[in-house]
Amino acid sequence: MSIAEGTTAPSILSANRISKSFGEIPVLFSVDFDIRPGEVHAIIGENGAGKSTLIKILSGIEQPTSGTIVYDGKTVTLPPNGEAEAMGIVLIHQELNLAEHLTVADSIFLGREIKKWGFLDLNEMRRRSAEILDSLHVRVDPDARISTLSVADKQMVEIAKAISRDARVLIMDEPTAVLSVGETETLFEQIRRLTARGVAVIFISHKLDEIMALAQCVTVLRDGQLIATVGTENLTPDSIAQMMVGRELSNLYPPKHEPDVDAPIVLSVRGLVAPGVKDVSFDLRRGEILGFAGLIGSGRTAVAEAIVGLTNKSAGDVSLNGQPTAFTDVAKSVDAGLAYMTKDRKGRGLLLNVGLQPNLTLLTLKKHLKNGFLDGNSEQQALERATRRFDIRARDASVRVGQLSGGNQQKLMLGKTMETEPDIIIMDEPTRGIDVGTKQQIYHIVAALAAEGKSIIVISSEMQEVIGLAHRVLVMRNGRLAGQLEGAEIVEAEIMRYAAGIKQDGDNDNRISA
Amino acid sequence: MTTVSAPEAAKPSRGFRLDLKTAGPLIALILLVILGYSLNPLFLGEGNVTNILTRSAFIGIIAVGATFVITAGGIDLSVGSMAAFIAGVMIIIMNWAVDAMGASLATVLFGIGCSLILGVGAGFINGFLTTKAKIEAFIVTLGTMGIYRSLVTYFADGGTLSLAGDARDIYRPVYYDSFLRIPYPVWVFIFVAIIGWILMNRTAFGRYCMAIGSNEHVARYSAIKVDRVKTWTYILQGLCVSLATIIYVPRLGSASAATGVLWELEAIAAVIIGGTMLKGGFGRVGGTIIGALILTAIGNILNLTEIISNYLNGAVQGVIIVAAVYLQRGSFRAGRKKAAE
Repeated sequence: MSIAEGTTAPSILSANRISKSFGEIPVLFSVDFDIRPGEVHAIIGENGAGKSTLIKILSGIEQPTSGTIVYDGKTVTLPPNGEAEAMGIVLIHQELNLAEHLTVADSIFLGREIKKWGFLDLNEMRRRSAEILDSLHVRVDPDARISTLSVADKQMVEIAKAISRDARVLIMDEPTAVLSVGETETLFEQIRRLTARGVAVIFISHKLDEIMALAQCVTVLRDGQLIATVGTENLTPDSIAQMMVGRELSNLYPPKHEPDVDAPIVLSVRGLVAPGVKDVSFDLRRGEILGFAGLIGSGRTAVAEAIVGLTNKSAGDVSLNGQPTAFTDVAKSVDAGLAYMTKDRKGRGLLLNVGLQPNLTLLTLKKHLKNGFLDGNSEQQALERATRRFDIRARDASVRVGQLSGGNQQKLMLGKTMETEPDIIIMDEPTRGIDVGTKQQIYHIVAALAAEGKSIIVISSEMQEVIGLAHRVLVMRNGRLAGQLEGAEIVEAEIMRYAAGIKQDGDNDNRISA
Repeated sequence: MTTVSAPEAAKPSRGFRLDLKTAGPLIALILLVILGYSLNPLFLGEGNVTNILTRSAFIGIIAVGATFVITAGGIDLSVGSMAAFIAGVMIIIMNWAVDAMGASLATVLFGIGCSLILGVGAGFINGFLTTKAKIEAFIVTLGTMGIYRSLVTYFADGGTLSLAGDARDIYRPVYYDSFLRIPYPVWVFIFVAIIGWILMNRTAFGRYCMAIGSNEHVARYSAIKVDRVKTWTYILQGLCVSLATIIYVPRLGSASAATGVLWELEAIAAVIIGGTMLKGGFGRVGGTIIGALILTAIGNILNLTEIISNYLNGAVQGVIIVAAVYLQRGSFRAGRKKAAE
């Protein structure tokens, strides 16, 4: 096998001036990208920077709006629906696409089964699977069901599947996000083995140390723009973080009014342990906006859901206004004046197939009972009030919520949450997927609520949002609090250092123990 | 098209669409009545109308309960067997009571009371297994359906359980007598329908059923006690089955393995014809009542005419069910809208 080394080898896959828009929303602007055989090329950027779109275009799942793809020296139009696999470009999705009930051998040959006399040649497929798995030094039984495998092994099966297809370009979307340190190391060995055979590997990661360890080259995206493509030998994690962020803070955000230092503590969490949460402690003051930053899956939502009783905490104490509490269901937390607004407005927050009114009052129906029966007038008035207060725009009141724009859905969900008249509001990704105008409205509502003396936790993956809104920011990583930032320390690069694990609380300070 | 200002133009079109949706089953029933009358004027004779209403009471009452179960995203296949089981046990208990203290009104009331308790208990078991043991409703009620059917066969020793003659005479009027010329079963039907309608449309419970059937996650995140509400829908269903049984037993004074066979399917059919969505989230008690009437009327018309054999009753009902669901599908309306543009 010939191993391509150095910069002289021609590119196997390259993208030239790729742009992509979804409808009228541009997500990629004239991005260039290329990779040579045997190379590992990392793509990095904030959430929403356009990484996923870029790899979807590189694997043919999405077609670029403009620009060209050159594969193996020829300009090509990659076929959609993963058919590019046949050409040697294989994308491994983050949420591995394996059928849980099939065996490993079945999975590896899914869609290209080996047949004899028209029937499946199970023995041959089993033998070939074992061969491929062996060549990868993976100890997985070809007859094992996928559902019995660990996530890491499933990933190995995906890789084996790619090998069996003679992949020349392997694209991986955050392959290490769900792996332990040991498993990550095994994956990296595997990737090195593949590159030694001349396979080009593209991967998305948020973990800067991993990128430094594995990749020869890094492409940094920000807001759909190509910021830079640089060799890792010239980089430090800090300089990558600097490139990923670094924008001007616009006047999108209302001015901050810091709460009084002696404002009472309304919510206090100590040693919280729950699914996805490992030992989290923090305080929230009256009138404070507390930001929760961190990568997706770092445990921020899990903290919120454990506090309000959507999941069961296994250890730790939560006190509200100094009173120890243990909410076993959402109704109790709502009654106590603590409301959680989910990030998943379509799947968890709103009933898409009914109108605005039942959605608005669903959480607080008891307020609209008269002699035990629903009082339509009272509900109607609540809707009118919320429509005015949160500027919810609908064609008419009978329109189904699913037909509203994302921004109006979000404002309706905010209205629904505020119907409970909470003192503490936990907003999870309050502006995900909505236009900038509505974002601004929501930011001002949040600031106004805090000024009224409500206490607010804002969980957001948009660092700008956390920085623009929060008086204090907690950064989570792997289910733990990695650090706390206050005042002038709240800058993107600092949050990114904590979120990516370059810096840990205790590295150079002890603020969080206060 | 007529020229009207925009906001006014929007209103009638919305009203029209809503009307079609809610009135669809009613229009179907009216057409069926006209058809029945034109085929045989006896169809609208007082005796026949009373007959149709009384017959539809059993399925109708059960279907009102099924409306809640289905709206909340569940299904109950056990209602037919449950009816047979409750009828059987009720007869055994009443016969035992007659032996012990003689036949009296108290004996019958005791039997009725036991029937209500059995219904609530059976419903609770279905609800409990669905919510707490997290077994799919289809499986749970398929299981209890087999259990109840087999138990009643066992109690009857493969034959028929008959109510003791004395008690039967006291109980008989519940099915055969009338108040204001309307038979008692129809009164019970009306009563259940009204309570059901109020519960569905004017209480938080009904709203919660719709929310759960529409999206259980949203319901949970909206502080709704999902398991409790779902269990209540099954209890309500059990209660409805027991009410239907209470008015059914005096009709024949007996129960056997053949009692209530396929009632579950007729009840579900009535619910679906009435416009409730099988996947949950949208329930219409009024529609269910009309659905039950439509099903009974079809059988009745086939009885009164010679055009189609009465043996094809099931086939005609089947066609009506499939057609009703097809007409209710959004894709049909969307398709028609496109064609109209």
